[in-house]
Amino acid sequence: MRYAETGFNLEVDLTRGNIERVATDPGDTELYLGGLGTNAKILWDRVPPEVEPFSPDNLLIFAAGLLCGTPATGCNRTIVSTISPQTRLMAFSMMGGFWAPELKYAGYDKVILRGKSPDLVYLWINNDQVEIRDASHLQGKGAIETSELIRQELKEPKAQVAAIGLAGENRVYFASIEQSKSSASRGGIGAVMGDKGLKAIAVRGTKDVNIAQPVEFLELCNEVLEYIKFREENPIPGVMPILAGLGSPQEMKVHDEKWHTENFMWGNSRVRKKDFWNEEIAKEWTDTMENARRRLISCFNCPMECGATISLPGLPTYMMKCFTKLTYAMAAMSDLDFGLRIAQRATEYGVDGFSTPQVMAFALELYENGVLSDDDMPGMPSDTEGRFYWLLDKIVRREGIGDVLANGTYWAAKEIGNGAEAYAHNNIKKHEQLPLKLSMLNPIYFLMYATGEKINITQIEGQFPQAPYPKREQREEFVKDWFQVPDEKFKQYFLDWELRGEKSIPYYPTVEMTCDIVDWQERMHYIDDALGMCAGLSSFPLKPPYHIHNYPKFISSGAGIDMDEAKLTQAAKRYRTLVRAVNIRRGMRRKDDKPPENHWKKRFPELEKELLDGYYKFKGWNNDGVPTKESLHELGLDYVSGDFIKRGILTDNGGAPSKETSAENEKK
Amino acid sequence: MKGVVTVTGGNKKKKVKTIKIDTDKCNGCRACEVICSAFHAAPKYSGNNPARSRIRVIRDPLADIYVPVHAGEYAVAECAGREKYTIDGKEYDECSFCRASCPSRPEFKEPDSGLPLKCDMCEGEEEPLCVKWCMVDALTYEEREEEAEEQEEQEELEIGLESLADKYGMQKLKDAIARMSKKD
Repeated sequence: MRYAETGFNLEVDLTRGNIERVATDPGDTELYLGGLGTNAKILWDRVPPEVEPFSPDNLLIFAAGLLCGTPATGCNRTIVSTISPQTRLMAFSMMGGFWAPELKYAGYDKVILRGKSPDLVYLWINNDQVEIRDASHLQGKGAIETSELIRQELKEPKAQVAAIGLAGENRVYFASIEQSKSSASRGGIGAVMGDKGLKAIAVRGTKDVNIAQPVEFLELCNEVLEYIKFREENPIPGVMPILAGLGSPQEMKVHDEKWHTENFMWGNSRVRKKDFWNEEIAKEWTDTMENARRRLISCFNCPMECGATISLPGLPTYMMKCFTKLTYAMAAMSDLDFGLRIAQRATEYGVDGFSTPQVMAFALELYENGVLSDDDMPGMPSDTEGRFYWLLDKIVRREGIGDVLANGTYWAAKEIGNGAEAYAHNNIKKHEQLPLKLSMLNPIYFLMYATGEKINITQIEGQFPQAPYPKREQREEFVKDWFQVPDEKFKQYFLDWELRGEKSIPYYPTVEMTCDIVDWQERMHYIDDALGMCAGLSSFPLKPPYHIHNYPKFISSGAGIDMDEAKLTQAAKRYRTLVRAVNIRRGMRRKDDKPPENHWKKRFPELEKELLDGYYKFKGWNNDGVPTKESLHELGLDYVSGDFIKRGILTDNGGAPSKETSAENEKK
Repeated sequence: MKGVVTVTGGNKKKKVKTIKIDTDKCNGCRACEVICSAFHAAPKYSGNNPARSRIRVIRDPLADIYVPVHAGEYAVAECAGREKYTIDGKEYDECSFCRASCPSRPEFKEPDSGLPLKCDMCEGEEEPLCVKWCMVDALTYEEREEEAEEQEEQEELEIGLESLADKYGMQKLKDAIARMSKKD
């Protein structure tokens, strides 16, 4: 018997309409755990670098993490992996909600989609019965609307549905996959789903998920619940409210937006409004949210209420979470009411709440500076808010300038030319970033931005405080109950970290310490992504209930795989390296590992070089960021080095070739 | 509610165990379903499956409807007519509040056998585990003593047998039991 996982994947060939239930190798679970880990293995094995994102040979994998569907609190994430049309690298966006556990209860760990359906279809997984159904009547329908219609026509209100909207159908490079309050948004995976002619996947399951050592496992679950209670009653002092507690940033709950509105940038990530927040605005925005918000809601088996049902007069109800609350409002230099209203339409269209507002603000900046003209924007309204709605419609329909903008700021700027590239200034690896522009380089954030292959800062940061506490006593207090650290040395790193002077950024933490800190933070995210655990209870907040010390026990008693901290660390390193390998094979190199030029005003090229050199070495990568033959061997990834050597990415003696032989990673 | 009848000083008292439900507080997470089905797995906690849970969250997120309902008595037939309730502007089907395991819906039945399920308040535990795992306090637990009514408790075995008799007919059931007895 398999524990925690079901041991079966669904293989769906959309071209031929063929569906197979395939037993998986338990050996792969030991090596790559599940979720992201096994997704990376499948993409490495089956999607060679020649495969274009919109090729029928690209795979789109929906995976339930290894512990999804067990009673482990907050373990509900679906990890969707494919090759992104925007970055042309591996995308592994994720969503919480209810879909992944339902898939487990239906008897599957993953749905692996290949090929392209000639007509728009949806997949209906009802335990052992799986069918591809016509979706022509759902064409152009909103993502949430689609889910409701499917549940109605199947007469199965308990089916969980992940769907794309018009943006996905039209292959917008930042199209999302939506599922109730959750969405897998980053990297344009909704576009790949649309390209495959797949409108939605509905799933319903009524089978058991088994636990290897039931009593031990439940005890661990109860400990986590106890600790969540403790953390709720004991928020971390000295940090802003959204970082004090657990869960993803409590944007639906917290009304005080001083920090976001005054520290994050407005418009096309350009303008900082230092004294924006005042009593009047606080009252107005609080009223807006209180009136719109019907209920705080949670994902499957989780007490954190990170989402909300939003009902605005005259608009259909939708669900929201996190920072999308503000992204549209701030990009359009508008207010919360506008932000919540346009987000309703954007959610139905199925677009990423980070990239989309930025693409629209980028377009308006180009227009204001004469790079785009009235001829490019026929019929565009004169007010900014009206323009945002106009642009959103053009983009998701790929009409006129919208067809260009639908590829994101990087590709759009290239196509528009005429100096437009200077306006696509907030990207990493061709992907729009959070609108943040800061002063002094922070070595930890430098490395995270440069090397985080989820290409989103929130998906690598976490465990270590973002800034030092001013007083040593405060720091001593903080480390007292900081048992989540993998090693005592992290406490010392933090204790010695000062706001000013010798032991402050950018030279402290030192290169060596920075490598340790970044590696720890990244490791926790990768473990979450294999297990299906929400980052909000684990890798994202300070002092979380899940950590490197209890995770091995969860895996041992849950999945019946003999696990300890060293083995888990090694497994996470293995599939993290495999993600890197997939991307290296697609042409990614050191040149791509960099934050936006203007992310910090004060940059330190020498130090940055030392940091990157040091981190590559620490990770077992050569100076160009390619994992070395030795480090691959140590991880049991000889098949990767064999492929690298065959392709001339590594030489036979394990070094890097003298000149770059990989294909330049540009759009054809 | 499950009544435990205790006799004190000649007067019959029963301890009434109540799960109080505050639908406004429910966050729709279904942790109650997870822990219920895990507790009732055999061996205990060896698996979980919300479809086997004796508590279900009747949910319709877009309509803002969240009603955790725990399983009550088995009903042979579904109701002849069904009411609709409008509360705070939200329209609820009568079934949203009904605790019966009945032919009209899949709730409170074993998914494979169709046998009815009934909440037993997690006997042996301090409080029902759905309550313990509901950290938003949509479910709270209360015990109080009441004058006992003369009422026989229908045991789980009987409920099961009755439903089998309804499904297959008494004669078939008797025959099956007779055959099984011979084998032993």
